[in-house]
Amino acid sequence: MCLAVPSRIIEINDHVAKVDVDGVVREASLMLLEDVKLGDYVIVHAGFAISKVDEEAALQTLEDMRTILAADALNINSPNRHP
Amino acid sequence: MAMKYIEEYRDADLARDLTKRIHRVSKKKLRLMEVCGTHTMSIFRHGIRSVLPDTITLLSGPGCPVCVTAQKDIDAFVEFAKLKDVIVTTFGDLIKVPGSTSSLGKEKAEGADVRIVYSIFDAVHIARENQDKEVVFCGVGFETTIPTIAAGVLMGIEGNLKNFSVYSANKLTPPALAALMETKGVEIDGFILPGHVSVITGTHAYCGTFEKYDIPSVVSGFEPIDILKAILILIEQNEEGRPALVNAYERAVSDEGNVKAKAIMNQVFELCHATWRGIGEIPFSGMGLKKEYQAFDAALKFNMNLPDVLEPKGCECGKILMGLKTPEQCGLYKKKCTPMTPIGPCMVSSEGSCAAFYKYS
Ligand code: SF4
Repeated sequence: MCLAVPSRIIEINDHVAKVDVDGVVREASLMLLEDVKLGDYVIVHAGFAISKVDEEAALQTLEDMRTILAADALNINSPNRHP
Repeated sequence: MAMKYIEEYRDADLARDLTKRIHRVSKKKLRLMEVCGTHTMSIFRHGIRSVLPDTITLLSGPGCPVCVTAQKDIDAFVEFAKLKDVIVTTFGDLIKVPGSTSSLGKEKAEGADVRIVYSIFDAVHIARENQDKEVVFCGVGFETTIPTIAAGVLMGIEGNLKNFSVYSANKLTPPALAALMETKGVEIDGFILPGHVSVITGTHAYCGTFEKYDIPSVVSGFEPIDILKAILILIEQNEEGRPALVNAYERAVSDEGNVKAKAIMNQVFELCHATWRGIGEIPFSGMGLKKEYQAFDAALKFNMNLPDVLEPKGCECGKILMGLKTPEQCGLYKKKCTPMTPIGPCMVSSEGSCAAFYKYS
């Protein structure tokens, strides 16, 4: 049911956006999401954009994970931390 | 073009390092439940079970909307399809689910007007184009889908569509988790919480369940790195004896969720009791149309209120959804019940546990 692939907004007309997923263009309603703009990545479910993908959080997550796992490899991490 | 936010979360080196750490920290035997059907699919597709240590058992939970739809609701959909001048619109997975005597697919083959839609938009469109017919939408979804159905009802009002209605068999996730925790025999050491339900509800929606049962709970995305990370956090919480509610899908989920979607959902729907397949009635775990929107309630419009019916003999879907059994422990699995000849919805839905086991084992 859920398509997890983030889609990029390439056009907005009223409350409907055109989104691009790896070259495939679909329409998505913006009725359920505040503050979207061209270029944003959104998660689309059953024809509706339901969430924006936060670029900073996305990068941070990977960065944090890499740091902790690298420390892990050197065995200098504290076992209490989450990646 | 590489797909953004996908490739990075499938990085093989990172996956290997995460797996190593999982093996290193995991000591206790743990049973972790992925609540959402999309997680189940992703776990199988990426072979995640095969890289985990023997200490970790993954259970598929009640998060495939088709799998938890009660038999009486499937029967209602079939009854709609049998009515003259009614077009039934539904998401694709539902059509093969056997009801007591028939399925939407069977009715369609026999001439009923049953149409598969990708979005409620399409159903509204069909209603607009067919004003001489009644159009019923089979509402089967969780928090991710319910706001879209609410939006459809609002579009129906805006378009003054008197021939459009929705049968709501929608369900909510947190009450199901609580019901699981209350069920005798259920042993779960941690929840991998559904990413896209959480997009709408926000992490806060799980506070009640978490506080009451003190159970490790992690909101997770759907890529292999997301899932491995969630599993690692759950293992660490268990090993350290420090349960927590963690959002590990920060790029899409916030504490309060999608406020606008929730507002539209709560404008149209209100809490009601709901029957879950194999589990039974869970109080206030459903969403029914509010009084103001009753003109769009297909159950009222067609007086469709069918009694509870017994589920097919031998089908263990209910126990599987609660993590009490695995598909292999069902006597019908792979024998009488296959994706070609499904007996229960867990074999029909592509997100069902039985279908996933069948496909990948
Ligand atoms: S294998 Fe078939 S009959 Fe058995 S639990 Fe799964 S869906 Fe039901």
